[in-house]
Amino acid sequence: MTSLFDEVQEAPAEGVEVRRVTVNVNGADKTVDVEPRLLLVHLLRQALQLTGTHSGCDTTSCGACTVLMDGRPVKSCTVLAVQANGREVETVEGLATASELHPIQEGFKEEHGLQCGFCTPGMMLSAKALLERNPDPTEDEVRWALSGNLCRCTGYQNIVKSVLWAAKKMREQNQEA
Amino acid sequence: MYPSRFSYDAPNSVEEVIAILDQSGGEAKVMAGGQSLIPMLKLRFASPARVVDINGIPELEYHRIDPDGTLRIGALCRHEDLEFSTILGNFPTLAQASSLVADPIVRTRGTFVGSLCHADPQGDWSATMIALGGKIVAQGPKGRREIEVRDFVLGPFVNALAFNEVAVEAIVPPAKGKALGGYLKLERRVGDFATASVAVALDVDGDTVTRAGCALAGVGGRTIDANDAISVLVGKSFNSESIKQAAEAVAAAAEPRTDHRGSSSYKRHIVETFVTRILSNIANSEQKAA
Repeated sequence: MTSLFDEVQEAPAEGVEVRRVTVNVNGADKTVDVEPRLLLVHLLRQALQLTGTHSGCDTTSCGACTVLMDGRPVKSCTVLAVQANGREVETVEGLATASELHPIQEGFKEEHGLQCGFCTPGMMLSAKALLERNPDPTEDEVRWALSGNLCRCTGYQNIVKSVLWAAKKMREQNQEA
Repeated sequence: MYPSRFSYDAPNSVEEVIAILDQSGGEAKVMAGGQSLIPMLKLRFASPARVVDINGIPELEYHRIDPDGTLRIGALCRHEDLEFSTILGNFPTLAQASSLVADPIVRTRGTFVGSLCHADPQGDWSATMIALGGKIVAQGPKGRREIEVRDFVLGPFVNALAFNEVAVEAIVPPAKGKALGGYLKLERRVGDFATASVAVALDVDGDTVTRAGCALAGVGGRTIDANDAISVLVGKSFNSESIKQAAEAVAAAAEPRTDHRGSSSYKRHIVETFVTRILSNIANSEQKAA
C-alpha cells in the first residue's frame, strides 16, 4: 500500500469465498483479494495491470501466457492465482531494467525474433528458464525448450537464433563479471 | 474462461485432505499439478463444489528407489522431475515417456500421479504403468490400499478411487533380471494428444524374456492393455520372427477409430511399426552390449 488507504472494495456477495494473496511479482510484493477461481493470468493482467503477459488460447496449448513461478515456466492460464500465494512470479515486465534491455530482449531485436509479437513474452520467459539451467544450449535444445510455445508468424527460425544470440551474450557477460 | 465458483482448501497434511474429502461427500476434487483439472474446470466439464489443493504438502514431492529396487513416485512428483531424473536407469520405459508428456511448460507443473488419476485414454503414463505392472497407493479414512493401474482406470476420465480417498503414491515393481523397454509416441505437434503411442516393458534373463508388458494410448476409447498380446515374447529371445509375431499380436489388440488424426488402419499400422522399432532397438543394443 502506498497511501493510507487501498482501493475501496465492495464486500463480496453472499456465499462468495475471498482469499487474500500476496505474490511477489517482478521483485515487489503485491497483495490482492481474489476469488479462488481467478487464474494467475487474470491476476497479472487485470488486478495488477501487467498486460505484457498475453492470454492466447486459454486452453493450455499455446504458451503465450507463460510466466516464471519460482523460476520455472508455467502457463499462467492454468494456475490459480491463489496457488501463487507466497511465491515469486516473473513476467516480461521484469526482464528489462530502467536503462537496459535484457540480453534475451536484445536477441529478439537483433535477430528479428518477432513479427506480430503476441507469443514473444512467453517465448522470452521460456528461453530465460532454459538459459538458467543450460547457458550453452544447442539449437536442438532451444527448439525442445520452446516446444510448448506456439508462434504463428516466424516459423521459429529467428526465435531460435534470438535465443542462441542471447545465450552467447549472457555467457560473455558472465565471463567479464 | 473462468471456472465455475468453488471453495478452495490447501491443507498441509494428507489426513486433512481425507477429512475434507470425507465431509464433502463426493463434491470435492483433489488438485495436484492442475494441468488437466484446471482446463476441465474452465471448460466446465467439471464443476466441483470444493477444490482441495495438495501443493501445500511437500512430503509428497519425491521419487525414490527402495533397496529392493521398487520405484516410488509421490503425488507431487512433476513430469519434469522424472524427465531430469538421474535414477531411472532401471526404468527405461518410464524415462523415455517422461520427455514426451504434454510440452515442457506443462511438465514443470503437471504430476505423474495426477495424470494417472485423470485417466485420459490418451494419457502417456497410464499406458506406461500398465506395461510396467505399476500400482497406485490410495489413502482413505481406513488407511492405505494398493490398486493395480490396469484396474485403477475404469474408463475415460474415471478412476477407482472412492470419494474419500486420495492417490498419494505410484509404485513400479522392480524388474526380475534386467529391465528393458521403450516408449514411442506419434503426435502431430508437441503437446497434442497422441495419434498412437506404445509402451513396452520387458524383464530379461540372459537373452530370454521372462516378463513382457505392453499398453497403448490413443488407439481406443480407453488405454489398451496389450499385456496378453505381447506375452507371445515370454520364454523367447529377440529375433526377427519373435519381434514380428509380437508386433502383429499387439497391433491386433488395438481398437483404433478413424478421426482427424488418421484412419483406423493407419493407426494400427503405427502400433505395429512402433512395437517392431522398440523391440529391434532393444535387440540391437543388447547385441552391441554382448
